Amino acid sequence: MSDRHHHHQHHDHDDDRPRAHDAPLSDVELRVRALESLLVDKGLVDRAALDALVDTYETKVGPRNGARIVARAWIDPEFRRRLLENATEAIAELGYIGRQGEDMVALENTRDVHNMVVCTLCSCYPWPVLGLPPVWYKSAPYRSRAVIDPRGVLREFGVDVGADVEVRIWDSTAELRYLVLPERPPGTEGMSEEELAALVTRDAMIGVAKVPSPAPPSARGAKR
Amino acid sequence: MNGVHDMGGMQGFGPVEAEPNEPVFHHDWEKTVFALNVATGMLGKWNIDMGRHSRERMPPAEYLEASYYEKWLYGLRRLLVEKGLVTADELATGKAAGRADEARVLRAADVPLALRNRRAARMDGELAAPRFKAGDRVRTKNLHPPTHIRLPAYARDKVGVVDRDHGVFILPDAHARDGRKEPQHCYSVRFTAETLWGSSARDVVYLDLFEPYLELA
Repeated sequence: MSDRHHHHQHHDHDDDRPRAHDAPLSDVELRVRALESLLVDKGLVDRAALDALVDTYETKVGPRNGARIVARAWIDPEFRRRLLENATEAIAELGYIGRQGEDMVALENTRDVHNMVVCTLCSCYPWPVLGLPPVWYKSAPYRSRAVIDPRGVLREFGVDVGADVEVRIWDSTAELRYLVLPERPPGTEGMSEEELAALVTRDAMIGVAKVPSPAPPSARGAKR
Repeated sequence: MNGVHDMGGMQGFGPVEAEPNEPVFHHDWEKTVFALNVATGMLGKWNIDMGRHSRERMPPAEYLEASYYEKWLYGLRRLLVEKGLVTADELATGKAAGRADEARVLRAADVPLALRNRRAARMDGELAAPRFKAGDRVRTKNLHPPTHIRLPAYARDKVGVVDRDHGVFILPDAHARDGRKEPQHCYSVRFTAETLWGSSARDVVYLDLFEPYLELA
C-alpha cells in the first residue's frame, strides 16, 4: 500500500535539495496537508481510499498494460483487426477498462503514416493502458508545439520522420482516448508475446518514439 | 474561454524536456492532490467538465507558473467552495465547522470497481441522425464563449474533413455550465497543416469536435 506521508525518504526527484528529517514542509505541502485534514474531518474523504487510489496508479495501472496490447496486436492478426476496428472492446478483452479509457481509439503507425497524440487543452491521456501521463506530456512546450511543430518535437525525442511520411497529430479534445500501435521493429521474428511487450515503450505508444530493434544476439550474450 | 490553457500553436515555450525513468509522482503531496481530486469527484457534486473548467479559470500568470498538480490543487479548492462542500472560511482556517452529510464518500473497498466503471460521456441512442458523415467538408464556427468549450482557438473558423463519427457524447459546454447532459454527435475532423498554419509539411491534425461547433463548408 502506498504511503503518502513518509516525506523524508523519497527525495531523488525533488526539484529542491533534499531536506533533513526535521526540515519544515514547503508551502504547497502545508496547504495540501491542511486540505486533506479538513476533508477528512468533514467526512468527505476516507484516507484509506486515497491510499488505494495512489497505489492503483503507482503499482497496478501503467504502460505495461499498453505494451501487452501492442505485442498481442503484433502476433495476432485477428486481434490487430479488432483493435483497429473497435479499440475499446479489443482492449477490454485483456481486462483494461475504466476511468479515462472508456472510449478508446487505436492508431496504426506504418511506413507512410506516423501518429502522435496530444491534449492541447489540458492533459487527456488513456489511463487504463498507459497509466498517468509524464510531466513532459502535460507541459506547455509539448501541448503548444505538438500541433504546429510535430516534426521538431519528434526530433527532440530522437525520431526523424521522412518528408514523404504523413505525420498525423491527434488532439484529444473530447472523451476519446488514443493509443498508438507502433511499427514492429525488424529483428523480432520469432519473439514471444512477452519478449515483444518488453520492447514496447510508453513514448512509442504516445507516438513520440519508435520501438527499437532488440540488441543482436551477440550483444545479448547468446551462444550462437 | 480564450484562456492560456488553450496552448495549441503557441510559441516560445522552449524544448520538450523528457525525464528518463520518471516516477509516477515526484512528491508525496502530488499523490494526495491526485487522490483528493479523484475521491471528491466521486461525491457527485461536479463533473469532469466542471473540473477542467475550474482549472482553466486559474489566473493566467499563475497557470503558466504552476506545476500540473498545483493546477489540480487550485481547481479542487475552487470547486469545493463553489459547490458548497467547504466554506471559504473552512478553507482559509483548515478547521471544519461541522461534518458534511454525504452518502457517496468513496471507501477503499470501492476503489477498484469505481475506477473500472466503463460508463462515462457516451450517450448513444439519445439523439437522432447525425448532421455530418465521413468525407463531409465542414467549417468550424468562430466561437469565443467566455465559458467552457472544447474547440481550441487554433482550429476555429477553419475548413476540415470529417474522418469519422464517434457517436453521441455529452456536450462539455453545457455540462460544465450547469451539469446538463446534452447529447451531441462527436466527430473526428481532419485539418491539414496548410489550413491551420500555412505550412507546406505533409502534416495533418485530427480534432474531436462536437456537432454544434461545425457547419457544412
